[in-house]
Amino acid sequence: MASLAANHGHDVADDGHHHDHHELGFWQKYIFSTDHKVIGIQYGLTGLSFLFFGFMLMLVMRWQLAHPGEAVPVIGEMAARLHAFFALPQNAIPKEGFDGWFWLRALIGAFDTKGALAADGYNTYGAMHGTIMVFFGIVPVAFAAFGNYVVPLQIGAPDMCFPKINMASFWTFFISCVIMLFSFVIPGGAAKSGWTAYPPLSVIADMPAGGSLWWNGQTLWLIGMVFNITASLLGSVNFIATIIQLRAPGLTWMRLPFFTWAQFITAFLLLLAFPPLEAAGFMQLMDRVAGTSFFMPTGLMLVQNVEQTWTGGGHPLLWQHLFWFLAHPEVYVLILPALGMVAEIIANNTRKPLYGYKAMVIAIFVLAFLSFIVWAHHMFMTGMGTKVAAFFQVTTIMISVPSVILLTCLLLSLWGGAIRFTVPMLFAAAFLPMFGIGGLTGIPLAFNTTDLYLHDTYYIIAHFHYIVAPGTIFAIFAGVYYWFPKTTGRHMGHFLGHVHFWLSLIFINGVFFPMFLQGMAGVHRRWYDGGVTYDQLIGPVLHWNKFMSYSAFLLALAQLPFIFNFFWSMKKGRKTDDNPWEATTLEWDTPTPPPHGNFIKPIAVYRGPYEYSVPGAAKDFTPQSEPPVDQSQKPPGETAPLHPAIAPAH
Amino acid sequence: MDIPYNVSARPDTGLYNAKLGIWLFLASEVMLFGGLFSAYIFLRMSSEPGYWPMGLLNVPVGTFNTFVLIASSVTVVLAWASLKMRRFTQYKVYMAITILCGLLFLGIKLFVEWPEKFHHFGVVVKKDAIAKYEPVLGNTILAELDKAPRYEISGYLLDAPKGSPYEHMAKEGAEHFRHKLHEKAGNGAAADAHHAEPIITTDDPADFVIQLDVANAESDTKEGVERASHAHFIPRPASLKTAVIKAEDVQSASPFVPRHSSYFSCYFLITGLHGLHVLAGVIVFIYFWLPIPGGANLYKTNPEHLANRVEVAGLFWHFVDLVWIFVFPIFYLL
Repeated sequence: MASLAANHGHDVADDGHHHDHHELGFWQKYIFSTDHKVIGIQYGLTGLSFLFFGFMLMLVMRWQLAHPGEAVPVIGEMAARLHAFFALPQNAIPKEGFDGWFWLRALIGAFDTKGALAADGYNTYGAMHGTIMVFFGIVPVAFAAFGNYVVPLQIGAPDMCFPKINMASFWTFFISCVIMLFSFVIPGGAAKSGWTAYPPLSVIADMPAGGSLWWNGQTLWLIGMVFNITASLLGSVNFIATIIQLRAPGLTWMRLPFFTWAQFITAFLLLLAFPPLEAAGFMQLMDRVAGTSFFMPTGLMLVQNVEQTWTGGGHPLLWQHLFWFLAHPEVYVLILPALGMVAEIIANNTRKPLYGYKAMVIAIFVLAFLSFIVWAHHMFMTGMGTKVAAFFQVTTIMISVPSVILLTCLLLSLWGGAIRFTVPMLFAAAFLPMFGIGGLTGIPLAFNTTDLYLHDTYYIIAHFHYIVAPGTIFAIFAGVYYWFPKTTGRHMGHFLGHVHFWLSLIFINGVFFPMFLQGMAGVHRRWYDGGVTYDQLIGPVLHWNKFMSYSAFLLALAQLPFIFNFFWSMKKGRKTDDNPWEATTLEWDTPTPPPHGNFIKPIAVYRGPYEYSVPGAAKDFTPQSEPPVDQSQKPPGETAPLHPAIAPAH
Repeated sequence: MDIPYNVSARPDTGLYNAKLGIWLFLASEVMLFGGLFSAYIFLRMSSEPGYWPMGLLNVPVGTFNTFVLIASSVTVVLAWASLKMRRFTQYKVYMAITILCGLLFLGIKLFVEWPEKFHHFGVVVKKDAIAKYEPVLGNTILAELDKAPRYEISGYLLDAPKGSPYEHMAKEGAEHFRHKLHEKAGNGAAADAHHAEPIITTDDPADFVIQLDVANAESDTKEGVERASHAHFIPRPASLKTAVIKAEDVQSASPFVPRHSSYFSCYFLITGLHGLHVLAGVIVFIYFWLPIPGGANLYKTNPEHLANRVEVAGLFWHFVDLVWIFVFPIFYLL
């Protein structure tokens, strides 16, 4: 929609260049578009909506943690009235079949008759919060949206390698979104076995006698995930092929902007780590609908009278291995695009080249490789034996080396810079300490002995949320503020940006920092009442629940300036030229917003990505596309003999 | 707007876009099937001795299918080479053979191999009851031969407990069995066979009655057990012997469907997914064979583009073939 608003403003610049420009209808231009920029925006808006939705689910849960058993304001009270109207039994998600009102019964079924979040509802919201944030929020925004929009521009390409497959990727993703949302309104509600969906619990979940094998939360979760994984497969093939094949003349590998490098590596992680989860998803689906026993051990006694019977012979740990084989690289899928964005913004706002660009590139290669051999550190509690545990302990500690190199390089990039504290820079700068806290608190979790104590406590929640919430999500905000002018031709409001940043920074720490304290005191991450039942054990840290919950509510309020700013600035923001940040990379060489086909002049690259403040240069930035002043220097075809793609045809 | 390097290769990478794309896709496929094969290894390693079924698949049919698939891999290369040499008629012939091979493979899978499994039945006997079924399990002899014990009695179902989901299957099996008996007795014209009651019955309506596989039927002699232990290279018909298994001795009973055991779960999941890949390949090849835009008609305007398309689809086809090269030994032979 952003480009929709701004496209009109650019018609003048659009005319007169040589691209064959047949007019596309509305549907082809904005809905079923093969243009990477439109697809990027579609991914972005869908992903941001899901981030918001996932956050809302968590707010309801936080109310329950702060005020266990009390009616949730507004929605809980509404649910209580509807409960009375439908006369539903207390504390039970209704299992009745489909009639005209099944969707409403399922929605209010997450609450009890008094309007408090029910136990099953709490599990549902928790499982779906994790699923949505990871697979439907952050990956679509950080990887698919920014990657789609920015990467082809940064490498000087007219579009992605396979535009139709790119469109297929988004629409496959969209189907998975619809399935996930639909699962909230079917009898029994959405999946409730955690985003990790550990069997045997997840295999028997939602399968009461008389229920449907297909129309239930966990089965739809699995089907939705299969679509989601297929979408990311289509996307990642496209990203890698595009970066390898469509780089502009002169854009050698070591001249790639760091963001493009990060997306390149991320695409490899998605390409290779996701399929084993797809395989596992098929297996769990078979366990649920065909009664196989991939994950169901022999002799499992079920207390509940469930529909299926299993012959046994499977192994629950098989799922954990396949799941974490994906889900650990997935962590780097969440963080690498964020590091890429932060690197771009830091270089631009410090007016300095990145410190240790080559070291950073090598570091992400090492990081990606190691991320495939650390997965079992999520499984230290399974009693895997000391030798195996020692192996994964060592690889996990090893992976902190490239992570520290990346963070250190970004930190040193600030040194001696004349920093412009623009709104994107504020978010990028805050990313560094937040990511640092998240990373360093991971070290005790890498060691078997300390992990046994901290496993499944709020310490874990705090650790990975510091990486993805004030880490990746702050980087996403930084990216939105940074590339918004390119997308729409207008700046986002500066004052509202400051309000958004400072309030978010304060409240997000208010949410997550006390979790370290609670976790170290032993508060378990899945307690429905926030630990009231165990107040003998955790009494001294129990009061933090209220503090964290109210911080979360205030954090939600702090997002309102952003949402308002986002839509208001599309129409009313300060107008901008093609390169408002005085940046060097190729995306700023396009018209604003970039037309279909992106570049209106032939593009070639003559230099590295971050030539800021070059001594003796006329201005403090030299775009990659700017030819050398010294005319005796050879054109790029001959200066870069390694890349004959750009040499004149023989 | 034209995307560069769609047909011609980018000089520094030596690849056109789709060729790189398909290799990346195949890398992902390797991880998908890699995950499934690792699951197979994991489940097989963790299964208790004697609980991993062996020799239940039809090896000659599987071998035939292997050759069908390998032949199609050869013809798809010939089809591509014909296009490269601009011999269109030859391309059409080779592509047609490839498509037919793919369809033949699927047909055998769907109409011979899988139904054969669905009609087969196995009852796993509880550990503390195996002594009762010694004549059909042959565990003493197996122990002497230093082989894993056997817990499953397999064959065709003739009678199932009242109310079990397999009653219909038992009825069919009993009819078939009666027919066989008549044939054996030289009385082929069994006009009343259709409405026959199960001829093997027990007093207890909760028992299973099984027409035994040869492997179980010959378990009372050492020679029989030895023969049965490599029976899977030459599948032999079911015997005319039957066995009654008491309800209280049954640990699990099921036809050879996915839920039968971890073995069949893996078998159906992996061959099913492989079959879907074969189907996808066949559909793409038909598209390239039919005289439609983007298919064989592309030859008139841009033969190199069509050759590239066939090459890319061919790479996928070779991968599908390669997966089968793994599937065949691990399920049929090992």
